[in-house]
Amino acid sequence: MDIRAGLSSGSKRAAARLITMIENSSKEAIQIIKENYHMTGRARIIGITGPPGAGKSTVTDKLAKLVRKKDKKVAIIAVDPTSPFSGGAILGDRIRMSDLSTDEGVFIRSMGTRGALGGLSKAVHGAIKVMDMAGYDYIFVETVGVGQSEIDIVKIADTVLMVMVPGLGDDIQAIKAGIMEIGDVFAVNKSDREGAERTATEIEVMLDLSGMTEYRPPVKNIIARDNIGIEELFDAIEKHYEYMNHSGNLSKRREKAVEMEVLEIFKEDLLGRIMKLQKSTDYLSALILKVLNKETDPYSAASELSHILSQEEGRVND
Amino acid sequence: MNRPIRVLVAKPGLDGHDRGAKVVARAMRDAGMEVIYTGLRQTPEQIAEAAIQEDVDCVSMSILSGAHNHLFPKVVRLIKEKGGDDILIIGGGVIPEEDIPGLKEAGIAEIFTPGTPTAVTIDFITQNIKRN
Repeated sequence: MDIRAGLSSGSKRAAARLITMIENSSKEAIQIIKENYHMTGRARIIGITGPPGAGKSTVTDKLAKLVRKKDKKVAIIAVDPTSPFSGGAILGDRIRMSDLSTDEGVFIRSMGTRGALGGLSKAVHGAIKVMDMAGYDYIFVETVGVGQSEIDIVKIADTVLMVMVPGLGDDIQAIKAGIMEIGDVFAVNKSDREGAERTATEIEVMLDLSGMTEYRPPVKNIIARDNIGIEELFDAIEKHYEYMNHSGNLSKRREKAVEMEVLEIFKEDLLGRIMKLQKSTDYLSALILKVLNKETDPYSAASELSHILSQEEGRVND
Repeated sequence: MNRPIRVLVAKPGLDGHDRGAKVVARAMRDAGMEVIYTGLRQTPEQIAEAAIQEDVDCVSMSILSGAHNHLFPKVVRLIKEKGGDDILIIGGGVIPEEDIPGLKEAGIAEIFTPGTPTAVTIDFITQNIKRN
């Protein structure tokens, strides 16, 4: 399959294969991204996060349908957890998006976290770029069901939509640090259920205390299953984008995102080099043994490792 | 191969019984596969499109309604039309012995009838997927 040609002719098969290659850290995929990187940055990236069972997939489905009515193309990246034991996963977000499957202007891709802990998968960055290059106007990124600190979505999305539901705990949950701080727009889903008003009030109180003056995240009551409140929610997302754009915060956020991405890639690269070194030598195992026997400590072992790395690589380069 | 095999588990047609499909999906998960489950009552078009977008190695369909002779070949045809020649397509469910040769002729690589241990299905997938 000629991925480059497919990508420019809008083939879903080509885009899908490229994402698979990125997931499997293929060098060719990285090369293709490099060649086309200048084409990225056009899509709007909306992160959708919230606790398990809050209705993220249903909300995504309804928002995507609304965007389609405006004749914009939509890509959805839906992440579900990978088993830490088998490495397998059940990716079930498509269940709520069945009618979107056959829409020409929609591309849905499910991903396993494959060991990443921030609520996304490592390959999400790359997948977003592929969808962006392929000309999708809106990219919805749905995280795994989050707990309190899976906040990686804030590093990639222009707007973070936090989907909450009534009945998850008392008001102290809303003032803890972490996940509740990253919402740009809040939705209280299943708001026909008991306690919905209270949940919305608790979020409002949290926002009162946060002292945000320039922009205050709105809290919208919705019932995604019945498509109630979705238009208002989408308007709120659009308004946030306008605010970000005019205030200059969008470029600041994207700058921050690029910084984190570059550092992340660098970290991976460094780790890869150490692992490659490890293949030819037994430095790491020897160091581990030393730490275990209390002959040294983890801090010294790590500095010794970077020392060995520069020495060994220097020798190779000579 | 050091990447997870991706499998689409799909329920074509109108029967609402997916216990079998879920048991198989769970076993695949435990065997280290990434299983995309589409949910009930999928049309062949939806299944084919999902298989392409998810870039799966294998599509595994379950059917208990008796419509397999119509639906299975249609999924195979649509997937091929969309360029998915390298996708392994298998089926399972309540399927009479005499229908199996015809389904295989239509491009279903194997049919797993009730009572098949999940390990047999998983082995078949592992050994027969067409890409590495």
